[in-house]
Amino acid sequence: MENRRERIGRWVLVVVMHLAVIAVWQLWITLGEVEAYIMPTPLATFATLFEDYNWWSNTLVTAASVFGGFWLAVVVGVLLALLFSWSKWLNDAFMPVIVSLNMIPKVALGPIFIVWFSYGIGPNIIIAFSICFLPILITTARGLNEVEPELIDLVRALKASRWQVFTKIQLPGALPYIFSGMKVAVVLAVAGAIVGEFIASEKGLGYLMLQVQVTLDTAAMFMAVLLITFVGVVLYALVLMLELLLVVRDARVE
Amino acid sequence: MTGAHATDAFIRLENVRKVYRTRGQEFLAVSDVTLNVAAGELVSLVGPSGCGKTTVLKILAGLHGHDAGSVEIGTPADPFDPGRDIGMVFQQSLLLKWRRIIDNVLLPTEILGLPRAESRDRARDLLRMVGLEGFEDKFPYELSGGMQQRASIARALVHDPKLVLMDEPFGALDALTREKMNLELLRIWSESRKTIMFVTHSIQEAVFLGSRCAVLTAGPARMADNFEIDLPYPRLLDMKTHENFGVYTRRIYKLLGME
Ligand SMILES: Nc1ncnc2c1ncn2[C@@H]1O[C@H](COP(=O)(O)OP(=O)(O)O)[C@@H](O)[C@H]1O
Ligand SMILES: [Mg+2]
Repeated sequence: MENRRERIGRWVLVVVMHLAVIAVWQLWITLGEVEAYIMPTPLATFATLFEDYNWWSNTLVTAASVFGGFWLAVVVGVLLALLFSWSKWLNDAFMPVIVSLNMIPKVALGPIFIVWFSYGIGPNIIIAFSICFLPILITTARGLNEVEPELIDLVRALKASRWQVFTKIQLPGALPYIFSGMKVAVVLAVAGAIVGEFIASEKGLGYLMLQVQVTLDTAAMFMAVLLITFVGVVLYALVLMLELLLVVRDARVE
Repeated sequence: MTGAHATDAFIRLENVRKVYRTRGQEFLAVSDVTLNVAAGELVSLVGPSGCGKTTVLKILAGLHGHDAGSVEIGTPADPFDPGRDIGMVFQQSLLLKWRRIIDNVLLPTEILGLPRAESRDRARDLLRMVGLEGFEDKFPYELSGGMQQRASIARALVHDPKLVLMDEPFGALDALTREKMNLELLRIWSESRKTIMFVTHSIQEAVFLGSRCAVLTAGPARMADNFEIDLPYPRLLDMKTHENFGVYTRRIYKLLGME
Protein backbone atom coordinates (compact mmCIF):
# COMPACT_ATOMS: atom_id res chain seq x y z
CA MET A 1 0.00 0.00 0.00
CA GLU A 2 1.26 3.46 -0.81
CA ASN A 3 1.14 5.91 2.04
CA ARG A 4 -0.52 9.29 2.23
CA ARG A 5 2.57 11.24 1.21
CA GLU A 6 3.18 9.15 -1.88
CA ARG A 7 -0.44 9.54 -2.90
CA ILE A 8 -0.39 13.31 -2.54
CA GLY A 9 2.90 13.36 -4.44
CA ARG A 10 1.32 11.44 -7.29
CA TRP A 11 -1.59 13.88 -7.51
CA VAL A 12 0.74 16.86 -7.51
CA LEU A 13 2.64 15.24 -10.39
CA VAL A 14 -0.58 14.77 -12.37
CA VAL A 15 -1.51 18.46 -12.02
CA VAL A 16 2.03 19.70 -12.71
CA MET A 17 2.31 17.62 -15.90
CA HIS A 18 -1.01 18.92 -17.21
CA LEU A 19 0.05 22.52 -16.54
CA ALA A 20 3.42 21.81 -18.16
CA VAL A 21 1.75 20.69 -21.38
CA ILE A 22 -0.21 23.96 -21.48
CA ALA A 23 2.96 25.95 -20.76
CA VAL A 24 4.85 24.25 -23.59
CA TRP A 25 1.95 24.99 -25.92
CA GLN A 26 2.03 28.68 -24.91
CA LEU A 27 5.82 28.91 -25.38
CA TRP A 28 5.76 27.14 -28.71
CA ILE A 29 3.23 29.58 -30.18
CA THR A 30 4.89 32.68 -28.73
CA LEU A 31 8.48 31.76 -29.54
CA GLY A 32 7.62 30.11 -32.88
CA GLU A 33 5.49 33.09 -33.93
CA VAL A 34 2.68 30.91 -35.21
CA GLU A 35 -0.25 32.75 -36.80
CA ALA A 36 -3.27 32.96 -34.50
CA TYR A 37 -5.73 31.58 -37.09
CA ILE A 38 -3.53 28.47 -37.47
CA MET A 39 -2.93 27.86 -33.82
CA PRO A 40 -4.02 30.07 -30.92
CA THR A 41 -2.18 30.33 -27.61
CA PRO A 42 -3.76 28.79 -24.53
CA LEU A 43 -4.43 32.26 -23.18
CA ALA A 44 -6.26 33.31 -26.37
CA THR A 45 -8.14 30.04 -26.25
CA PHE A 46 -9.32 30.52 -22.67
CA ALA A 47 -10.20 34.14 -23.47
CA THR A 48 -12.93 32.91 -25.86
CA LEU A 49 -14.82 31.68 -22.81
CA PHE A 50 -15.93 35.29 -22.35
CA GLU A 51 -17.31 35.53 -25.87
CA ASP A 52 -20.94 34.79 -26.50
CA TYR A 53 -20.83 31.19 -27.63
CA ASN A 54 -23.23 29.65 -25.05
CA TRP A 55 -20.37 27.49 -23.78
CA TRP A 56 -22.23 26.33 -20.76
CA SER A 57 -25.38 25.07 -22.49
CA ASN A 58 -23.41 23.60 -25.41
CA THR A 59 -21.13 21.74 -23.03
CA LEU A 60 -24.13 20.43 -21.12
CA VAL A 61 -25.70 19.15 -24.34
CA THR A 62 -22.50 17.36 -25.35
CA ALA A 63 -22.04 15.93 -21.86
CA ALA A 64 -25.61 14.66 -21.96
CA SER A 65 -24.96 12.79 -25.24
CA VAL A 66 -21.67 11.35 -23.98
CA PHE A 67 -22.98 10.30 -20.57
CA GLY A 68 -26.31 9.10 -21.95
CA GLY A 69 -24.72 6.97 -24.68
CA PHE A 70 -22.07 5.65 -22.31
CA TRP A 71 -24.32 4.58 -19.44
CA LEU A 72 -26.88 3.15 -21.86
CA ALA A 73 -24.03 1.07 -23.31
CA VAL A 74 -22.98 -0.09 -19.83
CA VAL A 75 -26.51 -1.24 -18.96
CA VAL A 76 -27.25 -2.87 -22.32
CA GLY A 77 -23.77 -4.38 -22.62
CA VAL A 78 -23.86 -5.98 -19.15
CA LEU A 79 -27.43 -7.28 -19.54
CA LEU A 80 -26.73 -8.76 -22.99
CA ALA A 81 -23.55 -10.39 -21.67
CA LEU A 82 -25.60 -11.88 -18.83
CA LEU A 83 -28.17 -13.31 -21.28
CA PHE A 84 -25.38 -14.74 -23.42
CA SER A 85 -23.73 -16.35 -20.40
CA TRP A 86 -27.04 -17.99 -19.49
CA SER A 87 -27.81 -19.31 -22.94
CA LYS A 88 -25.17 -20.73 -25.22
CA TRP A 89 -27.78 -20.74 -27.97
CA LEU A 90 -28.44 -16.99 -27.65
CA ASN A 91 -24.70 -16.41 -27.61
CA ASP A 92 -24.02 -18.50 -30.70
CA ALA A 93 -26.98 -16.99 -32.55
CA PHE A 94 -26.54 -13.31 -31.76
CA MET A 95 -22.89 -12.67 -30.98
CA PRO A 96 -21.72 -13.04 -34.62
CA VAL A 97 -24.53 -10.75 -35.79
CA ILE A 98 -23.56 -8.14 -33.22
CA VAL A 99 -19.93 -8.31 -34.27
CA SER A 100 -20.93 -7.86 -37.93
CA LEU A 101 -23.24 -4.97 -37.08
CA ASN A 102 -20.37 -3.40 -35.18
CA MET A 103 -18.40 -3.24 -38.45
CA ILE A 104 -20.89 -0.68 -39.78
CA PRO A 105 -19.14 2.68 -39.68
CA LYS A 106 -21.43 4.37 -37.16
CA VAL A 107 -20.64 7.73 -38.74
CA ALA A 108 -22.40 6.57 -41.87
CA LEU A 109 -25.58 6.09 -39.84
CA GLY A 110 -25.75 9.81 -38.92
CA PRO A 111 -27.74 10.93 -41.96
CA ILE A 112 -30.08 7.95 -41.56
CA PHE A 113 -30.65 8.73 -37.91
CA ILE A 114 -31.67 12.26 -38.88
CA VAL A 115 -34.36 10.75 -41.08
CA TRP A 116 -35.50 8.46 -38.25
CA PHE A 117 -35.25 10.67 -35.20
CA SER A 118 -34.83 14.15 -36.71
CA TYR A 119 -32.33 16.59 -35.20
CA GLY A 120 -31.66 16.58 -31.48
CA ILE A 121 -29.88 14.81 -28.70
CA GLY A 122 -31.57 11.42 -29.33
CA PRO A 123 -29.55 10.41 -32.41
CA ASN A 124 -26.31 11.55 -30.72
CA ILE A 125 -26.94 9.36 -27.71
CA ILE A 126 -27.65 6.44 -30.03
CA ILE A 127 -24.49 7.03 -32.07
CA ALA A 128 -22.39 7.29 -28.89
CA PHE A 129 -24.07 4.16 -27.55
CA SER A 130 -23.61 2.14 -30.73
CA ILE A 131 -19.95 3.02 -31.01
CA CYS A 132 -19.01 2.16 -27.43
CA PHE A 133 -21.18 -0.73 -26.34
CA LEU A 134 -19.29 -3.62 -27.98
CA PRO A 135 -16.14 -3.37 -25.83
CA ILE A 136 -18.35 -3.44 -22.74
CA LEU A 137 -20.31 -6.44 -24.01
CA ILE A 138 -17.14 -8.35 -24.90
CA THR A 139 -15.21 -7.67 -21.71
CA THR A 140 -18.26 -8.39 -19.55
CA ALA A 141 -18.99 -11.64 -21.37
CA ARG A 142 -15.40 -12.69 -20.86
CA GLY A 143 -15.49 -11.75 -17.15
CA LEU A 144 -18.76 -13.58 -16.55
CA ASN A 145 -17.32 -16.75 -18.05
CA GLU A 146 -14.10 -16.51 -16.10
CA VAL A 147 -15.68 -18.21 -13.05
CA GLU A 148 -14.05 -21.42 -11.81
CA PRO A 149 -16.38 -24.29 -12.75
CA GLU A 150 -15.75 -25.92 -9.37
CA LEU A 151 -17.04 -22.84 -7.60
CA ILE A 152 -20.24 -23.18 -9.61
CA ASP A 153 -20.38 -26.85 -8.53
CA LEU A 154 -20.00 -25.80 -4.92
CA VAL A 155 -22.99 -23.47 -5.00
CA ARG A 156 -25.07 -25.61 -7.35
CA ALA A 157 -24.82 -28.45 -4.81
CA LEU A 158 -26.77 -26.06 -2.57
CA LYS A 159 -29.31 -25.40 -5.33
CA ALA A 160 -28.19 -21.81 -5.90
CA SER A 161 -30.40 -19.98 -8.40
CA ARG A 162 -28.98 -18.44 -11.57
CA TRP A 163 -29.64 -15.04 -10.12
CA GLN A 164 -27.68 -15.89 -6.96
CA VAL A 165 -24.78 -17.16 -9.06
CA PHE A 166 -24.90 -13.92 -11.07
CA THR A 167 -25.10 -11.48 -8.17
CA LYS A 168 -22.80 -13.26 -5.73
CA ILE A 169 -20.15 -14.74 -8.00
CA GLN A 170 -20.32 -13.80 -11.68
CA LEU A 171 -20.97 -10.06 -11.51
CA PRO A 172 -18.49 -9.17 -8.76
CA GLY A 173 -15.95 -11.42 -10.46
CA ALA A 174 -16.56 -9.69 -13.79
CA LEU A 175 -16.32 -6.14 -12.38
CA PRO A 176 -12.58 -5.73 -13.07
CA TYR A 177 -13.23 -6.76 -16.69
CA ILE A 178 -16.28 -4.52 -16.98
CA PHE A 179 -14.23 -1.56 -15.78
CA SER A 180 -11.45 -2.21 -18.28
CA GLY A 181 -14.13 -2.26 -21.00
CA MET A 182 -15.66 0.94 -19.64
CA LYS A 183 -12.33 2.75 -19.79
CA VAL A 184 -12.03 1.95 -23.49
CA ALA A 185 -15.67 2.89 -24.00
CA VAL A 186 -15.28 6.39 -22.52
CA VAL A 187 -13.02 7.46 -25.38
CA LEU A 188 -15.33 5.93 -27.96
CA ALA A 189 -18.43 7.52 -26.42
CA VAL A 190 -16.88 11.00 -26.65
CA ALA A 191 -15.92 10.43 -30.28
CA GLY A 192 -19.38 9.07 -31.06
CA ALA A 193 -21.21 12.00 -29.49
CA ILE A 194 -19.09 14.57 -31.35
CA VAL A 195 -19.49 12.85 -34.68
CA GLY A 196 -23.21 12.86 -34.03
CA GLU A 197 -23.12 16.59 -33.38
CA PHE A 198 -21.16 17.22 -36.59
CA ILE A 199 -23.81 15.43 -38.60
CA ALA A 200 -27.14 15.61 -36.90
CA SER A 201 -27.42 18.39 -34.41
CA GLU A 202 -28.15 22.03 -33.83
CA LYS A 203 -26.68 22.14 -30.34
CA GLY A 204 -23.55 20.98 -28.57
CA LEU A 205 -19.81 21.57 -28.84
CA GLY A 206 -19.47 19.61 -32.11
CA TYR A 207 -22.15 21.75 -33.71
CA LEU A 208 -20.51 24.88 -32.30
CA MET A 209 -17.19 23.93 -33.90
CA LEU A 210 -18.78 23.85 -37.34
CA GLN A 211 -20.33 27.28 -36.66
CA VAL A 212 -17.08 28.98 -35.67
CA GLN A 213 -15.13 27.26 -38.45
CA VAL A 214 -16.98 29.50 -40.87
CA THR A 215 -15.68 32.63 -39.08
CA LEU A 216 -12.15 31.19 -38.73
CA ASP A 217 -12.28 31.67 -34.96
CA THR A 218 -9.61 29.03 -34.38
CA ALA A 219 -9.30 29.92 -30.70
CA ALA A 220 -12.97 29.11 -30.13
CA MET A 221 -12.55 25.82 -32.01
CA PHE A 222 -9.69 24.93 -29.70
CA MET A 223 -11.79 25.89 -26.71
CA ALA A 224 -14.51 23.56 -27.94
CA VAL A 225 -12.00 20.75 -28.31
CA LEU A 226 -10.71 21.40 -24.80
CA LEU A 227 -14.21 21.29 -23.37
CA ILE A 228 -15.00 18.07 -25.24
CA THR A 229 -11.81 16.59 -23.78
CA PHE A 230 -12.82 17.85 -20.38
CA VAL A 231 -16.17 16.07 -20.61
CA GLY A 232 -14.30 12.86 -21.42
CA VAL A 233 -11.86 13.35 -18.55
CA VAL A 234 -14.70 13.91 -16.09
CA LEU A 235 -16.42 10.71 -17.22
CA TYR A 236 -13.14 8.80 -17.06
CA ALA A 237 -12.49 10.10 -13.54
CA LEU A 238 -15.98 9.02 -12.54
CA VAL A 239 -15.29 5.51 -13.85
CA LEU A 240 -11.97 5.38 -11.96
CA MET A 241 -13.67 6.48 -8.76
CA LEU A 242 -16.37 3.86 -9.12
CA GLU A 243 -13.69 1.27 -9.71
CA LEU A 244 -11.86 2.29 -6.55
CA LEU A 245 -15.11 1.99 -4.63
CA LEU A 246 -16.33 -1.30 -6.08
CA VAL A 247 -13.31 -3.36 -7.00
CA VAL A 248 -11.07 -4.86 -4.34
CA ARG A 249 -7.51 -3.76 -4.99
CA ASP A 250 -6.11 -7.23 -5.63
CA ALA A 251 -8.87 -8.09 -8.10
CA ARG A 252 -8.33 -5.06 -10.35
CA VAL A 253 -7.23 -5.59 -13.94
CA GLU A 254 -4.49 -3.09 -14.63
CA MET B 1 -17.01 -56.73 2.17
CA THR B 2 -18.71 -53.44 1.47
CA GLY B 3 -18.25 -51.60 4.73
CA ALA B 4 -21.00 -50.68 7.18
CA HIS B 5 -24.00 -52.95 7.14
CA ALA B 6 -26.05 -52.03 4.08
CA THR B 7 -29.30 -51.15 5.84
CA ASP B 8 -27.95 -48.76 8.45
CA ALA B 9 -25.25 -47.17 6.30
CA PHE B 10 -25.55 -43.39 5.73
CA ILE B 11 -24.30 -43.56 2.14
CA ARG B 12 -25.22 -46.54 -0.02
CA LEU B 13 -23.67 -46.79 -3.48
CA GLU B 14 -24.49 -49.94 -5.38
CA ASN B 15 -23.02 -50.89 -8.75
CA VAL B 16 -22.90 -47.23 -9.75
CA ARG B 17 -22.03 -46.59 -13.37
CA LYS B 18 -21.47 -43.25 -15.09
CA VAL B 19 -21.08 -42.49 -18.78
CA TYR B 20 -20.16 -38.98 -19.95
CA ARG B 21 -21.78 -38.02 -23.23
CA THR B 22 -20.22 -35.17 -25.18
CA ARG B 23 -20.85 -34.42 -28.86
CA GLY B 24 -22.06 -37.92 -29.65
CA GLN B 25 -19.02 -39.42 -27.92
CA GLU B 26 -19.52 -41.70 -24.96
CA PHE B 27 -16.93 -42.07 -22.23
CA LEU B 28 -17.27 -44.61 -19.45
CA ALA B 29 -15.85 -42.82 -16.39
CA VAL B 30 -17.15 -45.08 -13.62
CA SER B 31 -17.96 -48.67 -14.41
CA ASP B 32 -18.89 -50.28 -11.11
CA VAL B 33 -18.66 -48.71 -7.67
CA THR B 34 -20.25 -50.24 -4.58
CA LEU B 35 -19.65 -48.63 -1.21
CA ASN B 36 -21.42 -48.24 2.10
CA VAL B 37 -20.40 -45.53 4.50
CA ALA B 38 -21.61 -45.18 8.08
CA ALA B 39 -22.48 -41.76 9.48
CA GLY B 40 -19.46 -40.06 10.99
CA GLU B 41 -16.86 -41.99 8.99
CA LEU B 42 -13.93 -40.36 7.24
CA VAL B 43 -13.55 -42.34 4.03
CA SER B 44 -10.45 -41.92 1.90
CA LEU B 45 -11.13 -42.50 -1.75
CA VAL B 46 -7.82 -43.32 -3.34
CA GLY B 47 -6.84 -44.12 -6.91
CA PRO B 48 -4.70 -42.92 -9.80
CA SER B 49 -5.47 -39.65 -11.63
CA GLY B 50 -8.30 -39.87 -14.10
CA CYS B 51 -9.80 -42.98 -12.55
CA GLY B 52 -13.11 -41.31 -11.74
CA LYS B 53 -12.77 -40.14 -8.13
CA THR B 54 -14.08 -36.65 -8.82
CA THR B 55 -16.93 -38.15 -10.81
CA VAL B 56 -17.98 -40.22 -7.79
CA LEU B 57 -17.97 -37.08 -5.61
CA LYS B 58 -20.05 -35.17 -8.15
CA ILE B 59 -22.60 -37.97 -8.18
CA LEU B 60 -22.77 -37.81 -4.38
CA ALA B 61 -23.19 -34.02 -4.57
CA GLY B 62 -26.13 -34.46 -6.94
CA LEU B 63 -24.27 -32.57 -9.69
CA HIS B 64 -24.26 -35.54 -12.05
CA GLY B 65 -26.78 -38.30 -12.55
CA HIS B 66 -25.68 -41.91 -12.88
CA ASP B 67 -26.48 -44.40 -15.61
CA ALA B 68 -26.93 -47.61 -13.64
CA GLY B 69 -26.96 -48.81 -10.08
CA SER B 70 -28.31 -46.87 -7.13
CA VAL B 71 -27.17 -43.95 -5.00
CA GLU B 72 -28.86 -43.41 -1.66
CA ILE B 73 -27.86 -41.04 1.11
CA GLY B 74 -29.52 -40.72 4.51
CA THR B 75 -31.66 -42.96 6.66
CA PRO B 76 -35.14 -42.41 8.12
CA ALA B 77 -33.53 -41.69 11.47
CA ASP B 78 -30.88 -39.45 9.92
CA PRO B 79 -32.43 -37.87 6.82
CA PHE B 80 -30.31 -36.19 4.17
CA ASP B 81 -31.47 -33.06 2.31
CA PRO B 82 -29.66 -33.07 -1.06
CA GLY B 83 -30.20 -29.32 -1.48
CA ARG B 84 -28.44 -28.28 1.70
CA ASP B 85 -26.52 -31.09 3.35
CA ILE B 86 -23.42 -30.95 1.15
CA GLY B 87 -20.21 -29.10 1.89
CA MET B 88 -17.38 -29.13 -0.65
CA VAL B 89 -13.64 -28.46 -0.58
CA PHE B 90 -11.49 -28.56 -3.69
CA GLN B 91 -7.80 -28.50 -4.52
CA GLN B 92 -8.01 -24.73 -5.03
CA SER B 93 -9.52 -22.81 -2.14
CA LEU B 94 -11.83 -20.98 -4.60
CA LEU B 95 -12.28 -18.09 -2.21
CA LEU B 96 -13.89 -15.01 -3.72
CA LYS B 97 -11.11 -12.43 -4.04
CA TRP B 98 -13.39 -9.49 -3.31
CA ARG B 99 -14.82 -10.87 -0.09
CA ARG B 100 -13.27 -10.81 3.33
CA ILE B 101 -12.57 -14.22 4.86
CA ILE B 102 -15.65 -14.19 7.07
CA ASP B 103 -17.87 -13.22 4.13
CA ASN B 104 -16.34 -16.01 2.07
CA VAL B 105 -17.18 -18.48 4.81
CA LEU B 106 -20.76 -17.13 4.87
CA LEU B 107 -21.42 -17.76 1.16
CA PRO B 108 -23.32 -21.08 1.63
CA THR B 109 -25.54 -19.54 4.31
CA GLU B 110 -26.45 -16.69 1.94
CA ILE B 111 -27.37 -19.14 -0.77
CA LEU B 112 -29.51 -21.18 1.60
CA GLY B 113 -31.03 -18.04 3.12
CA LEU B 114 -30.05 -18.93 6.69
CA PRO B 115 -30.46 -16.31 9.45
CA ARG B 116 -27.65 -13.78 9.25
CA ALA B 117 -26.68 -13.09 12.85
CA GLU B 118 -26.55 -16.74 13.84
CA SER B 119 -24.61 -17.66 10.70
CA ARG B 120 -22.08 -14.96 11.46
CA ASP B 121 -21.54 -16.29 14.98
CA ARG B 122 -21.17 -19.79 13.61
CA ALA B 123 -18.68 -18.63 10.97
CA ARG B 124 -16.60 -16.98 13.70
CA ASP B 125 -16.64 -20.16 15.77
CA LEU B 126 -15.59 -22.21 12.76
CA LEU B 127 -12.79 -19.82 11.86
CA ARG B 128 -11.54 -20.21 15.40
CA MET B 129 -11.79 -23.99 15.06
CA VAL B 130 -9.72 -24.03 11.85
CA GLY B 131 -7.14 -21.75 13.45
CA LEU B 132 -8.00 -18.49 11.67
CA GLU B 133 -9.09 -16.40 14.63
CA GLY B 134 -8.11 -12.80 13.95
CA PHE B 135 -8.18 -13.25 10.15
CA GLU B 136 -11.93 -12.73 9.75
CA ASP B 137 -11.59 -9.34 8.08
CA LYS B 138 -8.60 -10.11 5.87
CA PHE B 139 -8.88 -10.61 2.13
CA PRO B 140 -7.86 -13.98 0.65
CA TYR B 141 -4.66 -12.61 -0.92
CA GLU B 142 -3.43 -11.72 2.55
CA LEU B 143 -3.46 -15.41 3.56
CA SER B 144 -1.04 -18.23 2.73
CA GLY B 145 -2.20 -21.21 0.69
CA GLY B 146 -2.67 -23.38 3.77
CA MET B 147 -4.67 -20.66 5.53
CA GLN B 148 -6.86 -20.18 2.46
CA GLN B 149 -7.59 -23.88 2.48
CA ARG B 150 -8.53 -23.71 6.18
CA ALA B 151 -10.99 -20.94 5.29
CA SER B 152 -12.50 -23.09 2.55
CA ILE B 153 -12.94 -25.91 5.07
CA ALA B 154 -14.77 -23.50 7.38
CA ARG B 155 -16.94 -22.52 4.40
CA ALA B 156 -17.77 -26.19 3.79
CA LEU B 157 -18.98 -26.56 7.38
CA VAL B 158 -20.79 -23.27 7.97
CA HIS B 159 -24.26 -24.47 6.99
CA ASP B 160 -23.82 -27.59 9.13
CA PRO B 161 -24.08 -30.12 6.27
CA LYS B 162 -24.20 -33.82 7.02
CA LEU B 163 -21.75 -34.78 4.31
CA VAL B 164 -18.49 -33.06 3.43
CA LEU B 165 -16.86 -33.89 0.09
CA MET B 166 -13.17 -33.12 -0.23
CA ASP B 167 -11.46 -33.44 -3.61
CA GLU B 168 -7.68 -33.56 -3.12
CA PRO B 169 -7.95 -30.56 -0.79
CA PHE B 170 -4.27 -30.53 0.13
CA GLY B 171 -2.94 -31.49 -3.30
CA ALA B 172 -1.64 -27.99 -4.05
CA LEU B 173 0.13 -27.46 -0.71
CA ASP B 174 3.80 -28.03 0.02
CA ALA B 175 4.68 -31.26 1.84
CA LEU B 176 5.12 -29.74 5.29
CA THR B 177 1.92 -27.70 5.18
CA ARG B 178 0.16 -30.76 3.89
CA GLU B 179 1.17 -32.91 6.87
CA LYS B 180 0.09 -30.15 9.20
CA MET B 181 -3.26 -29.86 7.45
CA ASN B 182 -3.74 -33.62 7.77
CA LEU B 183 -3.45 -33.32 11.53
CA GLU B 184 -5.77 -30.31 11.49
CA LEU B 185 -8.36 -32.16 9.44
CA LEU B 186 -8.38 -35.05 11.90
CA ARG B 187 -8.92 -32.61 14.74
CA ILE B 188 -11.71 -30.78 12.86
CA TRP B 189 -13.32 -34.10 12.02
CA SER B 190 -13.23 -35.29 15.61
CA GLU B 191 -14.74 -31.98 16.76
CA SER B 192 -17.44 -31.77 14.11
CA ARG B 193 -18.28 -35.48 13.71
CA LYS B 194 -19.17 -35.06 10.02
CA THR B 195 -19.23 -37.80 7.44
CA ILE B 196 -16.31 -36.97 5.16
CA MET B 197 -15.43 -38.34 1.74
CA PHE B 198 -11.80 -37.49 1.16
CA VAL B 199 -10.38 -37.96 -2.33
CA THR B 200 -6.63 -38.25 -2.68
CA HIS B 201 -4.09 -39.93 -4.86
CA SER B 202 -1.60 -40.09 -2.02
CA ILE B 203 -1.66 -43.55 -0.49
CA GLN B 204 0.09 -42.32 2.66
CA GLU B 205 -2.52 -39.63 3.15
CA ALA B 206 -5.38 -42.07 2.52
CA VAL B 207 -4.17 -44.45 5.23
CA PHE B 208 -3.20 -41.74 7.67
CA LEU B 209 -6.59 -40.00 7.58
CA GLY B 210 -9.24 -42.57 6.82
CA SER B 211 -11.32 -44.63 9.20
CA ARG B 212 -12.12 -46.47 6.00
CA CYS B 213 -10.36 -46.61 2.67
CA ALA B 214 -11.94 -47.22 -0.72
CA VAL B 215 -9.54 -48.05 -3.53
CA LEU B 216 -10.48 -47.34 -7.14
CA THR B 217 -8.50 -48.80 -10.02
CA ALA B 218 -7.55 -46.95 -13.19
CA GLY B 219 -10.41 -45.70 -15.37
CA PRO B 220 -13.08 -46.59 -15.84
CA ALA B 221 -13.33 -46.65 -12.06
CA ARG B 222 -13.98 -49.97 -10.45
CA MET B 223 -13.99 -50.56 -6.73
CA ALA B 224 -10.91 -52.67 -6.14
CA ASP B 225 -11.33 -52.93 -2.40
CA ASN B 226 -12.74 -51.11 0.56
CA PHE B 227 -11.67 -51.79 4.11
CA GLU B 228 -11.64 -50.36 7.57
CA ILE B 229 -8.36 -48.85 8.73
CA ASP B 230 -7.97 -50.09 12.24
CA LEU B 231 -5.43 -47.60 13.54
CA PRO B 232 -6.22 -45.72 16.73
CA TYR B 233 -7.19 -42.03 16.83
CA PRO B 234 -5.87 -39.52 17.61
CA ARG B 235 -3.33 -40.26 14.93
CA LEU B 236 0.06 -38.61 15.13
CA LEU B 237 2.74 -38.34 12.47
CA ASP B 238 4.97 -40.98 14.07
CA MET B 239 2.23 -43.47 13.31
CA LYS B 240 3.48 -43.48 9.73
CA THR B 241 6.47 -45.50 10.86
CA HIS B 242 4.25 -47.99 12.61
CA GLU B 243 4.19 -51.61 11.43
CA ASN B 244 0.42 -51.61 10.71
CA PHE B 245 0.62 -48.40 8.70
CA GLY B 246 2.94 -50.19 6.28
CA VAL B 247 0.60 -53.13 6.08
CA TYR B 248 -2.21 -50.88 4.87
CA THR B 249 -0.11 -48.90 2.39
CA ARG B 250 1.33 -52.13 0.93
CA ARG B 251 -2.18 -53.47 0.55
CA ILE B 252 -3.16 -50.42 -1.52
CA TYR B 253 0.03 -50.47 -3.62
CA LYS B 254 -0.77 -54.07 -4.43
CA LEU B 255 -4.36 -53.30 -5.42
CA LEU B 256 -3.10 -50.60 -7.76
CA GLY B 257 -0.65 -53.05 -9.29
CA MET B 258 2.41 -51.15 -8.09
CA GLU B 259 4.20 -53.86 -6.21
N1 LIG C 1 -17.64 -33.60 -17.93
C1 LIG C 1 -16.91 -34.60 -18.50
N2 LIG C 1 -17.14 -34.98 -19.77
C2 LIG C 1 -16.43 -35.98 -20.33
N3 LIG C 1 -15.46 -36.68 -19.72
C3 LIG C 1 -15.18 -36.35 -18.44
C4 LIG C 1 -15.88 -35.30 -17.76
N4 LIG C 1 -15.39 -35.20 -16.51
C5 LIG C 1 -14.42 -36.15 -16.40
N5 LIG C 1 -14.30 -36.85 -17.56
C6 LIG C 1 -13.39 -37.96 -17.79
O1 LIG C 1 -13.71 -38.99 -16.89
C7 LIG C 1 -12.53 -39.58 -16.37
C8 LIG C 1 -12.55 -39.53 -14.87
O2 LIG C 1 -12.44 -38.18 -14.46
P1 LIG C 1 -12.38 -37.75 -12.93
O3 LIG C 1 -13.57 -38.26 -12.23
O4 LIG C 1 -12.16 -36.28 -12.93
O5 LIG C 1 -11.06 -38.51 -12.44
P2 LIG C 1 -10.16 -38.27 -11.14
O6 LIG C 1 -10.85 -37.28 -10.28
O7 LIG C 1 -10.03 -39.62 -10.51
O8 LIG C 1 -8.83 -37.76 -11.61
C9 LIG C 1 -11.35 -38.84 -16.96
O9 LIG C 1 -10.81 -39.62 -18.01
C10 LIG C 1 -11.95 -37.58 -17.49
O10 LIG C 1 -11.29 -37.18 -18.66
MG1 LIG D 1 -10.18 -35.39 -9.71
